[in-house]
Amino acid sequence: MSVNEFVIPGLMPLLQRQAESGTVAKLVNALDASPLRETRTDAVAVADKKAIGTVRFEALGKVYQSSAGKVSALEDISLDIQAGSIFGIIGRSGAGKSSLLRTINRLETPSSGRVWVDGVDVAALDENGLVALRRRIGMIFQHFNLLSAKTVYENVALPLRVARVPNAEIHQRVTRLLELVGLADKHATYPGRLSGGQKQRVGVARALATNPEILLCDEATSALDPEATQSILALLRDINRQLAITIILITHEMSVIHEIADRVVVLEKGRIAEEGEVWKVFGNPQHDATRALLLLLEHDLPQDLRATLVHEPPQDKAFERILAFSYTGAGGLEPDFIRIGEALDTRVRLIHGGLDRIQGHAHGRLLLAVDGRAQLPKLDNLTTGQGAIAHDIQEIGYVV
Amino acid sequence: MSFELSIPFAQYTRAFADTFTMVGISGAIAFFVGIPVAVLLNVTTPGGFLASPRLNRAVGSVVNSFRATPFIVLMVALIPLTRLITGTSIGVWAAIVPLSISATPFFARIAEVSLREVDPGLVEAAQAMGCKKWEIVRHVYLPEALPGIIGGFTITLVALISSSAMAGAVGAGGLGDLAIRYGYQRFDTEVMVIVIAVLIVLVTSVQAAGDYYVRWLRNR
Ligand SMILES: Nc1ncnc2c1ncn2[C@@H]1O[C@H](COP(=O)(O)OP(=O)(O)OP(=O)(O)O)[C@@H](O)[C@H]1O
Ligand SMILES: [Mg+2]
Repeated sequence: MSVNEFVIPGLMPLLQRQAESGTVAKLVNALDASPLRETRTDAVAVADKKAIGTVRFEALGKVYQSSAGKVSALEDISLDIQAGSIFGIIGRSGAGKSSLLRTINRLETPSSGRVWVDGVDVAALDENGLVALRRRIGMIFQHFNLLSAKTVYENVALPLRVARVPNAEIHQRVTRLLELVGLADKHATYPGRLSGGQKQRVGVARALATNPEILLCDEATSALDPEATQSILALLRDINRQLAITIILITHEMSVIHEIADRVVVLEKGRIAEEGEVWKVFGNPQHDATRALLLLLEHDLPQDLRATLVHEPPQDKAFERILAFSYTGAGGLEPDFIRIGEALDTRVRLIHGGLDRIQGHAHGRLLLAVDGRAQLPKLDNLTTGQGAIAHDIQEIGYVV
Repeated sequence: MSFELSIPFAQYTRAFADTFTMVGISGAIAFFVGIPVAVLLNVTTPGGFLASPRLNRAVGSVVNSFRATPFIVLMVALIPLTRLITGTSIGVWAAIVPLSISATPFFARIAEVSLREVDPGLVEAAQAMGCKKWEIVRHVYLPEALPGIIGGFTITLVALISSSAMAGAVGAGGLGDLAIRYGYQRFDTEVMVIVIAVLIVLVTSVQAAGDYYVRWLRNR
């Protein structure tokens, strides 16, 4: 394999075009100076001229064989992801988000259907073709997956080393990438000594090392605190804008989608519940799954609860019903637990939530758990008139 | 102060050198053969990236049968092989053959466990960046498992020091042999005590050096 084969044909002119300002531009200039040549000649190169970084799923299905039998993780997924966009994948735990994302670089092989990256059928690639494809697709992970035995520099350099890039060029590029992610001074440090946010920055630098056209992010900010999340998101947005890299990201944080995604797909039990521009999907959710998810995410559920919450009442097991009570502050209505208990006629447990007092009005949401066997009155009747116990009550799911 | 040894000092140095040679050479062989065996066991395991249950079982059972045989039995059973390789069935070199053959599977199993514990997420990250299989072994499996491998190698060396005491049975000499010949058969307590002291110091230093290196690897 030739030294420069991993270089994306057509990227250099693109990079030059994008090179206007900021750190990313500095990186671009540095990369521009390196002796990169276009060497790929096959159909991929032709497809690249049209659009770099498109992904297309066609009737994709994935069935896992496990000891417990077959698990259908994805069914009939057809989807187009445009070059240069930021595309969000959301859905409940186990909906198939990771499975879908991982078919793009063939970490997971589909059981049926096809995945096309820039017009090339991913399943048809041989080992060399697959390696070349993976060099055009960067990936970052929830738990960073940095090599603990290698320094920050060596981690970022590894994709280039295995691509047989000359050392001088590796040095130049890694240095620039570490500058880009703001870790130039940490090059000789081992990942064990970095904070979560810094680790993910190294992850981003590593993912960008081979000049990918697509960046896959599987819950890349889930393990980070809000501040680190913000800085990683800003970095991703920069990368997307300035390097025109397609970003496909999975997240449990609605705010992340809100903030940076152009389009979003909602998966539910392995199928597409809905897909579209973020403002449309969020503004007017069409599917129950989306509504439940929005509600869930709005409540910013604690991780443990989110993991155990199910959409349908479990059969033959004791369970609790989770209700979301909203208070807008209107009419001086505040949570009164004695009245709530009387109205629902069962024991009520507060599990999450809080109120803000704004100019004397209680405003906020509470999550309450009630015994699943209890016969509840019609919830709509409890939000109006004299007997109102909240401004809105929604059933958001069940826990065993 | 003068102190009269019951046997010439040179006997001790000679025994020490013999033990050192036996343990050093069989340890080195166990290391360089054991690691590839461990890698092979690891990548051929079901779910590994060269999954091959038959090869895995075949290598696994060879490893197990050597591990099941007590060293002293192995040493006798291997005499024909030893003679074939070294041309003799007595002496230091004749002991090195059974010592290496017993230490290699022992070490390979320990190294295999360390390799198995490498986070699959790291392997996945390497695949995603375009590493080929051999590159994953070289850049992910081996360096990430190194602390465990070194820890296991330390245990192997200590076990070798103890097995090498039995090598006297094939006339290989060494510290253990000295203790048995003088200390046990001729009731020379002095030799016994000195040999035990030397062995304690030797084992302790090997263990301490191994632990130190592992700690250094883990804390960087
Ligand atoms: N290797 C596997 N073997 C068997 N079943 C699997 C495997 N990987 C995933 N699954 C199953 O496939 C379904 C989808 O899993 P997937 O990891 O894609 O979900 P997810 O949406 O990413 O969930 P999460 O938000 O928890 O990460 C789940 O039911 C899961 O149990
Ligand atoms: Mg997942």
